[in-house]
Amino acid sequence: MVVYGHAQPTTPWSPATGSLRPRLQSAVIPDDSTDTTVATVVGKPFSVIDEFNSWRKQPELAEAVAAIRALAAVIRNCEATTMMELEIELKKASDSLKSGDTTSISLTAGCDLFMRYVTRTSALEYEDFDSAKSRLIERAEKFGEISCKARRIIAMLSQDFIFDGCTILVHGFSRVVFEVLKTAAQSKKLFRVFCTEGRPDRSGLRLSNELAKLDVPVKLLIDSAVAYTMDEVDMVFVGADGVVESGGIINMMGTFQIALVAHSMNKPVYVAAESYKFARLYPLDQKDMVPALCPIDFGVPIPSKVEVETSARDYTPPQYLTLLFTDLGVLTPSVVSDELIQLYL
Amino acid sequence: MDPRRAPRTVSDPKVRKVGFFTDPPDRSLPGPPNHPISSFPTSPPSTVDNSPPSAGNSLSPVMIPPPRHSSSILSPLRRDPPEFFPLPASPTASTTFSDDVASTMKGRGVAAASSSLPGGLLFDIAASSVPASGLTTVSVVNNLPIGIFEKGGGVAVEMQDDQSSRSKSLKEKTTKAERRALQEAQRAAKATAKAEDGKTPAAASGAAASVKSGKSVKPPPSQKNDSAALAALEKKAGDRPPEKDRKKEVPQPRMQFDDKSRVEKAKRRAVVKQTEARNRVELFRHLPQYERGTQRTELQSKFFELDPVHPAVYKVGLQYLYGDICGSNARCIAMLQAFQEAIKDYSTPSEKTLARDLTAKIGSYLSFLIECRPLSISMGNAIRFLKNRIAKLPLTLSELEAKATLRSDIDRFINEKIILADKVIVKHAVTKISDGDVLLTYGSPSAVEMVLLHAHELGKQFRVVVVDSRPKLEGQLLLHRLVGKGINCTYTHVNAISYIMHEVTRVFLGASSVLSNGTVYSKVGTACVAMVAHAFRVPVLVCCEAYKFHERVQLDSLCSNELGDPDVISKIHGREDINFLDGSTNSENLQLLNLIYDATPSDYISMIITDYGMVPPTSVPVIVRDYRREHLWI
Repeated sequence: MVVYGHAQPTTPWSPATGSLRPRLQSAVIPDDSTDTTVATVVGKPFSVIDEFNSWRKQPELAEAVAAIRALAAVIRNCEATTMMELEIELKKASDSLKSGDTTSISLTAGCDLFMRYVTRTSALEYEDFDSAKSRLIERAEKFGEISCKARRIIAMLSQDFIFDGCTILVHGFSRVVFEVLKTAAQSKKLFRVFCTEGRPDRSGLRLSNELAKLDVPVKLLIDSAVAYTMDEVDMVFVGADGVVESGGIINMMGTFQIALVAHSMNKPVYVAAESYKFARLYPLDQKDMVPALCPIDFGVPIPSKVEVETSARDYTPPQYLTLLFTDLGVLTPSVVSDELIQLYL
Repeated sequence: MDPRRAPRTVSDPKVRKVGFFTDPPDRSLPGPPNHPISSFPTSPPSTVDNSPPSAGNSLSPVMIPPPRHSSSILSPLRRDPPEFFPLPASPTASTTFSDDVASTMKGRGVAAASSSLPGGLLFDIAASSVPASGLTTVSVVNNLPIGIFEKGGGVAVEMQDDQSSRSKSLKEKTTKAERRALQEAQRAAKATAKAEDGKTPAAASGAAASVKSGKSVKPPPSQKNDSAALAALEKKAGDRPPEKDRKKEVPQPRMQFDDKSRVEKAKRRAVVKQTEARNRVELFRHLPQYERGTQRTELQSKFFELDPVHPAVYKVGLQYLYGDICGSNARCIAMLQAFQEAIKDYSTPSEKTLARDLTAKIGSYLSFLIECRPLSISMGNAIRFLKNRIAKLPLTLSELEAKATLRSDIDRFINEKIILADKVIVKHAVTKISDGDVLLTYGSPSAVEMVLLHAHELGKQFRVVVVDSRPKLEGQLLLHRLVGKGINCTYTHVNAISYIMHEVTRVFLGASSVLSNGTVYSKVGTACVAMVAHAFRVPVLVCCEAYKFHERVQLDSLCSNELGDPDVISKIHGREDINFLDGSTNSENLQLLNLIYDATPSDYISMIITDYGMVPPTSVPVIVRDYRREHLWI
């Protein structure tokens, strides 16, 4: 089993900037490994985990993008001689990456989408292996590039929606949203940002720090003050952990609440998400997802009889979202399923 | 890989591109823009594009033209199978009465040489001539000049097979036939001129007014147009099946029954004489309704006279009439198996091609089945598939091989699109059932039953609420089967739905069809259940195989529906003392209405579970687009 820095499931967001999780440590693997697939990967000079880690050393690189790049490297360094073998290796590598963190939707979705995109071919079997492999590498590179550039594209697309004098409400620290705001600030737009505190991991505080460095007027709110200030807000900007097939999003706990309030007060809710986050999930309600727990520190000891709701994320149905900004363009929520069907079928 | 499929070139998956990339947006229109159009002088793509192909939506009550792509129309079907376009996009003028097709046909008909285009179009006409709606009229309604349509259709198939000249020479008839062809050509040419004037499409929406305004002119001219084009092109007699077959071949889709003249014509050509019900609800006058008693006796008495109808088909027809087979899957499978039998016993008459004649025969069987009970949408899709397969048979096959191919195609259709699709649906749906759930279902949908049984086998702990309604009380059958397997069930009628809904965690519904705007068309009462569930914020999941999807759009339950026997409403089985309505059924003040279907708007549906996976209702047009393309390739 691939072992991470901590023994138990880690907090979803670690304080380190740029990396969401402690790095995969491939060195610990060998002896007690029951997972033979990983052992074979490690035994070879090339290891997908190593590749993944090296990509993740880059700050600001999203986890899923690092995984995509690692998988592209797998194809390049693969020693298979037939298509099936290549696909099997790819699948093994993808599984090992995914097993590292089963609660991360974007990682799983990114890997799956990569697999579908790259191996989706009707007649690859007919070509000779080398040309097919080079074609795969080409596609993998292209996909990797798109994913890398995704944030910039999204930032460019959303500039039209931020006008001078507007007030933006932001929830949680999403690097995409931060990029959007940064680009807007750099193009000298005048706007102010309301930042929710984002308990339990206080990501809102970090975001407000970063924004303050950019000289953007920021106001911090506690999570309960959202409805109170919603009148002054012009639009809500959130990121997403994953975009599900119905067009809804799975994001940090509190997003659903904010979306509900915004919807009832007729404020638009914009979601900035890269396209590799489109997942083939379809939650019907809040409990219909893989749980992701996050310990909450209340500052005072809680008696053991008292239960604490520790879920770290919630599901926002598509009817509360106005638009999705993705690298594929500015989309309405119903297009997500369209894209997924195109890709998966 | 299917040997019939041409090897496809590898193409990279398309990525939707944002406007400011230098490349033109990759999300291209379905179909290659650079299609070999061969010598086709007079068909500017613009004409083709402009013709609002309401023709494409054969049965849309409101003829909303789908977006047309220039390439799609010009595709010679046989040349590039992989690039075959989705049926809606291709000018399948299954409403051959559509003016637009008529005008485009006219435009194209002038060109002599290239047979591909009109052939392609007409092939579609022939192939999709059977209406998918449950509303088609009693046989025929072939207000056609003798043989025009059939010839047109037949010629289309031949041309489409690219051996038109060869088969035509076979059919080079006596001078009498040639004279006839000339006559028809002249008549067609005359009708063409007439057709240009009337602009409203024939199978218009349910508005009685539009229908009434002299529409009998409409169908013949448009059909004449098509064949006029061909007649002009071919100048050959072409063989014509006997008049009886011709008349029964293409039932006009969605004939509006409030148009007296059309009804009269239809009746004259009907296989079975039926008397219309006397006391009909004004709002539903556009739907057919016949006296049930006379229908049955008529059919029974005609048993030995109905030679053109194969006994297997006859049996299925009777089963429909008596209500022995219920449920769209069962009906579809029964019909396809009957056709399999018919194909097995079929032998091509001399001087005819298998494809054309068989299509005509299938058409006649269909007319018969429609008389017994109007087709459901799933059956219409299956028929479209079958006709497509027949038309695509290579002419090099011997009769035995062709028949074997067709029968195996039907088997494959049933297996892939219905049986396997159900398995996939079950696999997806059980992931949405968790322990402690209370599931509600309405009526007796086959897909939902399979889901519940499978979930029970997997050991999930849940209980089921079966909601039922008169007059059919289908829920009782489902109840028996579920209780027999040991599932905890509750049974109630639909009038208690709001009482029971607060306990329910999920609602599973079946569908007869899902339309393009996400509307679910299923047994009457489903809309009620879905709306109450929505009000209680209970997720509604619809389980429906993809072959039941249709590109039609329907906004209400009125314009297209099916009327059942009104007498069953007034009586309650087992309670003879409730006979208050005896004797009032023919009263002026009382009209009994027994609707079979209703339309549930997409807002009340949370998810549709198909063999394509779990999709939101907004994705149905995507699947229809994909599905048409794919299913026509198998």
